[in-house]
Amino acid sequence: MDLTFSPEEEAFRAEVRAFIAEAKPSLPKALGAPELATRTKDDYLAWHKLLYKKGWVAPIWPKEYGGPGWSVTQRFIFNQESANAEMPTTLPFGLSMVGPVIFTFGNDAQKKKYLPRILSGEDWWCQGYSEPGAGSDLANLRTKAVREGDHYIVNGQKTWTTLAQYADWIFCLVRTDPNVKPQEGITFLLIDMKTPGITVKPIIVLDGAHEVNDVFFDNVKVPVENRVGEENKGWTYAKFLLVHERTGIAGTARSKKAVERLKEIARSEHVDGTPLIETDAFSRKVAELEIELSALEFTELRTLAQEAKGHMAGPESSILKIRGTEIQQRITELTEEAVGYYAFPYERALGANEYPPGPDYAAGAAGRYFNMRKASIYGGSNEIQRNIIAKAVLGL
Amino acid sequence: MDFSFTEEQTLLRNSVARYLADNYKFEDWRKFTRSETGRDPRHWAQFAELGLLAAPLPEAHGGLGGDALSTMIVMEEFGRALVVEPYVPTVVIGGGLIDRAGSDAMKEEFLPRIASGESVMAFAFAEPQGRFNLADLATSAKKSGGNYVLSGQKSVVLGAPWADTLIVTARTSGGQRDAKGVSVFLVDKNAKGVSCRDFPTVDGNRASEITFENVEVPAARLIGAADEGLALIERATDDAIAAHAAEATGAMKMLVDATVEYSKTRKQFGVPIGKFQALQHRMVDMFVNYEQAVSITLMVTLKLADDAERAKAASAAKVQIGRSGRFVGQGAVQVHGGMGMTDELNVGHYFKRLTMLDTLYGNVDHHLKRYAA
Repeated sequence: MDLTFSPEEEAFRAEVRAFIAEAKPSLPKALGAPELATRTKDDYLAWHKLLYKKGWVAPIWPKEYGGPGWSVTQRFIFNQESANAEMPTTLPFGLSMVGPVIFTFGNDAQKKKYLPRILSGEDWWCQGYSEPGAGSDLANLRTKAVREGDHYIVNGQKTWTTLAQYADWIFCLVRTDPNVKPQEGITFLLIDMKTPGITVKPIIVLDGAHEVNDVFFDNVKVPVENRVGEENKGWTYAKFLLVHERTGIAGTARSKKAVERLKEIARSEHVDGTPLIETDAFSRKVAELEIELSALEFTELRTLAQEAKGHMAGPESSILKIRGTEIQQRITELTEEAVGYYAFPYERALGANEYPPGPDYAAGAAGRYFNMRKASIYGGSNEIQRNIIAKAVLGL
Repeated sequence: MDFSFTEEQTLLRNSVARYLADNYKFEDWRKFTRSETGRDPRHWAQFAELGLLAAPLPEAHGGLGGDALSTMIVMEEFGRALVVEPYVPTVVIGGGLIDRAGSDAMKEEFLPRIASGESVMAFAFAEPQGRFNLADLATSAKKSGGNYVLSGQKSVVLGAPWADTLIVTARTSGGQRDAKGVSVFLVDKNAKGVSCRDFPTVDGNRASEITFENVEVPAARLIGAADEGLALIERATDDAIAAHAAEATGAMKMLVDATVEYSKTRKQFGVPIGKFQALQHRMVDMFVNYEQAVSITLMVTLKLADDAERAKAASAAKVQIGRSGRFVGQGAVQVHGGMGMTDELNVGHYFKRLTMLDTLYGNVDHHLKRYAA
């Protein structure tokens, strides 16, 4: 039992820190803003491209496909340093989702075609899983693909598709056999977003952001070579994707940074002349949050230590999703509470050159709170995560 | 970074677990906790035999030189078996205080006797007016020649009916709640002027209300420097908090397992109640609470030696353990239904122990405040 890092790991930390310090000033200003939708496509890609040049953009990929060959601990250190420096995160759709599916289940031609373009950021991917009638019950999906010669003809609708407005490609679960058990008739397709018949419609969420979309498919022709693995075996690949690299989902390093921010705000706000952070009621809430976060941090470390020994994170990682998102939500809630009246101004309704009224730290506080309610819904709702633990861990 | 246990640590855990499974069954526990003495002293002798009492003590004085992790392992297993033996006051607090601040003569006199099981201690720190404040002391100790003269009252001194030696905090100078002026003494329980009113506690332990009336204590029985005892007992209680956190995780583990098992066998509406989602989610939350308790216990145990972080870590642990313990305890009773309410089933007794562990050394409110300070 040992919490210290080896000299090699400390040297690696120093290297990461130096790289971040050099990279940070060159990044677009919008990347410092925590809100997704204030960023352009180029904003998102700026950090991705610097990491790509350095060879660090895909920490979880095997070396042969362009990963850096990091150990679990190195990945942990990289995440920690990125969070401490408040660096943006890279988007998961290509790097953590479809990339691993392709290098695990795809054929050589697919690996050659798609993987390098995911790494370089040339292709922007989005995820076509959810449908209006298939949320938590994902296997109930209806988007239909019918084989016609060398093509599938796809018809249907995907929804909650994050940042599809920028996407070059979408990976989709489609129904290829309606006459079997729902899980057994699903196929995993890669679809070019420029294909005729695809329409993207924005969905505006609670903070006013255009973060997600509806994607409609009207007789969309998809070459059979764009199918990953076998027909009707897509559910297996989909599930692989859902459990791949779950440990990062706790987000403890970023939450710790966000709690620091919250405490700074609570030192600046006053109640009857006393800093908010020194009032009994608020300091208690912050202390509770910090304590829950320290426990989660150790739960994450325990999971990582297991992973480092070669045990894939199992259904226990659902704990990280549940507690991680609950804590992220609590931080945004307390931040919204801390800023008091200056939670009211709706920045998105202001002109582009107008500053929101109130202190800088209040801007976006309410929006982030509203927006973060998504965290306990996405990626398998927290209720679904509890079902997973009940079944797979407790054996109920 | 490594979270695995060494072979030695695993052996230690296995030997404690095996001993308790074979010899400390719930049916036995029910009998001896209700007997006149409240415990079966053979177990203490066996703990000595197994090396548990010597585990964290220094090798120079009959100990095995183990670290806080060995205490954590022992206490987790104790928690699973509801062990009432006064391990924490004797070995963790008494052994720790004497090892850290006692004179050579004191170490020579007491540590080997703790390790061998001959000496049992109780920690007399709480007072009726002081609630959880370790410095709020009305008990006084006045220097008189080669002795201190102790007068005052101590509340709910756990394990005192079994102890031969009391670890007593008293004020040697300053005002009632001053940090400076607190001193710590080893007091012979048979000394003239010590009177005890012994009583059973709700969680199957024994305790005493103790009055000191002009008790003469040799100056050589002062632990550390006069007036400077507060830091010593803060450190000792943080050690105890970590140990009881481990005990609580053991008790929680037992409750989570028992509850899940019960829900698979108990049928209502024609199906095992574990099939109902409302109960599944409640049990999952119990499991998550238990896992978070394990994590925070590791965190505090690994930080005990770090003076800069220790107090905060201990308070964080106390808060998490208090919360998790209540949640798991209440949930276990709820899912067991009427059976959970019975004195007959072990579940309720774990629930009661977890409840008392929340209060011991300060409850959630107290430690949230200490954490935020």
